[in-house]
Amino acid sequence: MAHVAPDQPIRRLLIANRGEIARRIQRTAHEMGIGTVAVYADGDAAAPFVCEADLAIALNGSLPAETYLDANKVLEACTRSGVDAVHPGYGFLSENADFARRVVGAGLRWVGPPADAIAMVGDKLAAKALMAELNVPTLPALEVGEGTDLDAAADQIGFPLLVKAAAGGGGRGMRIVNAGEDIAEAVASARREALAAFGDATVFLERWLTQPRHVEVQILGDNHGNLVHLFERECSIQRRHQKIIEEAPSPAVDATLRARMGDAALAVARNIGYTSAGTVEFLLDGSDFWFLEVNTRLQVEHPVTEAIAGLDIVREQIRIAEGAPLGYAQEDLSLTGHAIEARIYAEDPANDFLPASGCILEWQPDDTTTARFDSGIESGSDINVDFDPMIAKVIVSAPTRREAAGRLARTLERTRLQGVTNNRDFLVAALRAPAFLRGDTTTDFIERVEPDRKRLLSAEETHDALIAATICGQARRRAKATVLQNVPSGWRNSLMPPQTVRYRIGGVEMQVDYRACRDGAFDMTIGQVSHVVRVFKQENDGVDIEVDGRRFYAEVSQHAGRWLLHGPGGDVDMVELPRFPTGALATVAGGLVAPMPGNVTSVRIKTGDYVSQGQLLLTLEAMKMEHRIVAERPGKVSRILVQAGDQVDNGALLAVLEEHEE
Amino acid sequence: MAVLESRLDVRSDAYRENRARMLEAIAQLDALYAEAAEGGGDEAMARLRSRDKMPLRERISLVLDRDSPFLEISPLAAWRSNYAVGSGFIVGIGVIQNTECVILGHDPSVRAGAFNQFNSKKLMRGLEIARQNRLPYVQFVESAGADLRGEGGGDPEASIRREITHFAESGRLFYEITELSKLRIPTISVVFGASTAGGAYQPGMSDYNIFIKGQSQVALGGPPLVKMATGEDADYEQLAGADMHTRISGLGDYLAQDELDGIRMCREVVAHLNWRKQGPGPTMPADDPIYDPEELLGIVNENLRVPFDMREVIARVVDGSRFEEFKPLYGPTLITGWTSVSGYPVGILGNNGPLMSESSEKGAQFIQLCNQIDVPMLFLHNITGFIVGTDFEHQGITKHGSKMINAVANSTVPHLSIIVGASYGAGNYGMSGRAYETRFSYTWPTAKIAVMGPKQMAGVMSIVQRAAAERRGLEFDEAANAQRAEIAEHWAEERSKGLYATSRVADDGMIDPRDMRAVTTISLSACHNNKVQGTKEFGTWRM
Repeated sequence: MAHVAPDQPIRRLLIANRGEIARRIQRTAHEMGIGTVAVYADGDAAAPFVCEADLAIALNGSLPAETYLDANKVLEACTRSGVDAVHPGYGFLSENADFARRVVGAGLRWVGPPADAIAMVGDKLAAKALMAELNVPTLPALEVGEGTDLDAAADQIGFPLLVKAAAGGGGRGMRIVNAGEDIAEAVASARREALAAFGDATVFLERWLTQPRHVEVQILGDNHGNLVHLFERECSIQRRHQKIIEEAPSPAVDATLRARMGDAALAVARNIGYTSAGTVEFLLDGSDFWFLEVNTRLQVEHPVTEAIAGLDIVREQIRIAEGAPLGYAQEDLSLTGHAIEARIYAEDPANDFLPASGCILEWQPDDTTTARFDSGIESGSDINVDFDPMIAKVIVSAPTRREAAGRLARTLERTRLQGVTNNRDFLVAALRAPAFLRGDTTTDFIERVEPDRKRLLSAEETHDALIAATICGQARRRAKATVLQNVPSGWRNSLMPPQTVRYRIGGVEMQVDYRACRDGAFDMTIGQVSHVVRVFKQENDGVDIEVDGRRFYAEVSQHAGRWLLHGPGGDVDMVELPRFPTGALATVAGGLVAPMPGNVTSVRIKTGDYVSQGQLLLTLEAMKMEHRIVAERPGKVSRILVQAGDQVDNGALLAVLEEHEE
Repeated sequence: MAVLESRLDVRSDAYRENRARMLEAIAQLDALYAEAAEGGGDEAMARLRSRDKMPLRERISLVLDRDSPFLEISPLAAWRSNYAVGSGFIVGIGVIQNTECVILGHDPSVRAGAFNQFNSKKLMRGLEIARQNRLPYVQFVESAGADLRGEGGGDPEASIRREITHFAESGRLFYEITELSKLRIPTISVVFGASTAGGAYQPGMSDYNIFIKGQSQVALGGPPLVKMATGEDADYEQLAGADMHTRISGLGDYLAQDELDGIRMCREVVAHLNWRKQGPGPTMPADDPIYDPEELLGIVNENLRVPFDMREVIARVVDGSRFEEFKPLYGPTLITGWTSVSGYPVGILGNNGPLMSESSEKGAQFIQLCNQIDVPMLFLHNITGFIVGTDFEHQGITKHGSKMINAVANSTVPHLSIIVGASYGAGNYGMSGRAYETRFSYTWPTAKIAVMGPKQMAGVMSIVQRAAAERRGLEFDEAANAQRAEIAEHWAEERSKGLYATSRVADDGMIDPRDMRAVTTISLSACHNNKVQGTKEFGTWRM
């Protein structure tokens, strides 16, 4: 199908996406004088991308399949809002060739590649076959179905191997298999996940390189036959097969290799008649590279390329869709400086990066340095279990890689982000790791380098946080007092015990004892350590204090019993324990609890079953990923509290195992 | 309103010496507060803790709103007596759920919380504060009853000859507790331990009773008395326990699981009292004084013959150091004028010399004016007395002094009395001394209070005795007289010290001069729980 290039500018653009990318596309569209229309699921009704669009159309539903993945609803929204173009963003319908065809068929312009190009490389197996024709190296792969002899197929590929969804992306439906006995379960669960995520259970086996780099080339083509690449990005730092730190250029790519990979990418693009923005992904090992896949859409990590190439890729996409020629050739493009992006996710690095959800209580991007924040949230936004738990992308560009890494780490540290468990501190540790600074970034970076999964507070930081919260707490209590407010805090004429407040911080209970002094200072004692605290400013949302001569400002907020602080060392989250405890809930011995909110997809046990250590008991699906609940030790199932299909909250009791001697 | 201009020279030697001496006196007080806080001592405290019981001061700290002030009343009661400093009870004004309450607690570490003359006086004072100011009354009960050991030691005959109190006069506290209830002032008991015999009526007369599981024991007679009276072998828990009283007798209203739970329940009860103060509350700007309250330390010389200007004290206590002086040119030995403290309007009467005829008349007039407009009064004492002498009697000093005492006695707006320097003789009465239904009275650490100065007292005694000797034609033994006078002066001096007055519960406590504003604010705020209403009715004026 020919991509018709009308010579009229787009007036109104529907963005068939959500979150940060919807917001990012709106920004460029508005700059170009184009009106925007958002579409939204029920849970996104209050999201910034909805509020900031000129108009928003409700998709009436909560799950992806009934909203952003529902082509009919999105097309209906186009009709109702009178748009003349659709930008699909990434994910959802962005690589759905049928949808692209229907958009064009409805007389609208599609801000993306031609539907045929999407279709051609959408099937990863078919794409591999095409690469072979073009003499682009690929890794050996084999499709597997219901009846495939998995052992034979695995032998042919060799271990370790990767089970991968043919229609997949974003790491979903992927499993690494190291040994023969695990292959059946890996294939079965990858098929389930692929079916749930993409509506297609087809998976294939592929050789798994243990220490490659993930390097991809950004391409851009217009409808006049012009095709360029915007250099490479390296996205090797991944967890759960999803990228979390991306950069451009790659520290492992020199000018020669850059030219070879760029040529390979352009050859692929030219062969499939590609236009608009796209990405050709490779695995790189030394100076050898293998084709991985083509992503026929805007990538999450496109901002690093924008930073080094000096182009707004969304703007280029829109110009291309409007029929304009690129206006520049490959030799006009140059690479300037170094850019790094970190993706902040609601997830728990200390607990195998399991997704987290909840309300973002505090979000305040650092404004002390130059950094680009692409985020779809604000303070008070909910991270919904039904969608991707990415909170924000932070992009920094600097003359050198070392400066970019340093500034990005500092920016992340100084950004206030509280309320939801997140990977920020882990990102900082990764960016500060000597291996990262050396450019020693392979896809096994996290396992090999082991950056700290969480920030451990020093005793000083802990005391500072306890002191700041306590000063703020007493100021708030005094401000709220309706009698004797004018009398100094905690005034006594005789000798009475100190004021006490107890907290839980970093899993430890700590008590702060304090007395107000006559000069307005406070004598505070934490454990055996005494501090003199002078207060320069005590406001509702922060305190300017001097602790034993060390002066700092800490932002402080309180959400029910939780104190969220943001001081010079970054964020601290702690809980104030009730003054009068009313009995804590006893934890059930042997209880298995949900590690995250989600749906119970299968229950593999019955009451009374004897289970062995490591046995699979239940499966949960959350954040579109399958999570396996296994027995931590042998036991007898004494209670099962859920059944398949149940929706469970984080920490919900699923089943109880009694200990038993085998 | 004019702002007072200070003439205090903080670089003068006099200021430095005054300050140094005041800080010494404060250090002595702090040491005594520390002694009082030890209660019955380390061993008794350790015994409490071993039984999962909290010291009384911790219980009180926990019932108070965090960071709210607590004014302990007579914290040094029973100093220089045979009882522990503090007397074994704590009485104070504290804030529970934004409600000012009188809180009384028996200290179980001091003779098992038993009653003695000092703490009984303190307890009655607490009930009086609750009644006069309409403050809800909270008591933490845990008492072995009357201290049957008495003061111990000495000659029993001498002891019986000294005694004037009798059982037949006792029990007034139960009357007072139920009277509070009648006056719609709620009374709450948390029973932390034994409260038997008379003590059983402490919860018995209360509106709300919180009993603590396994700890509260309330009965008219404990097992020993039951055994003696009826021969029954009673089990303490069955006879008097918290479980029994909350399930069977109904004497207990709330059953707490432990002390912390009981304190939590007490806070919940206060929270539901729907307490509304009946006074108008603060109505003026409550800005701090423009002069540093720290300078209050250097104003008063311990030698009370060295005069000071009471305006220097006022300037460091009142809002914005503002003072609208009334009749500044007439009777200048008494300063009168209007101002406010933490926004509460107040009329101040301060001594700048002995009370003369004019200053007494001025005082009587000022007191009537404060009653006319419902404004409480703050009396700042530095008074050696009404002036004496033939000329002054001719002018009618007794008559004019009586007018001031008439006005003070019949005035119905709240009075606060603070002895800054001296307070001698009838001057104390004219300045609304302790006996004049003064709502609160406090003493500075270096203050003196007595019927007259020790030297004067010794001198007067010498003159009288010399006259008696002459009348009888006996030879006056000058040496013996000198020795007698010295001893008399020494003991008069000891008895005139503010610390002695405070130890006898003759005031509500000593205050650090720097705390003047806080103490005045807490006191005025307490007064505003009741109506603040003046009167036009006074005794017949002797014209």
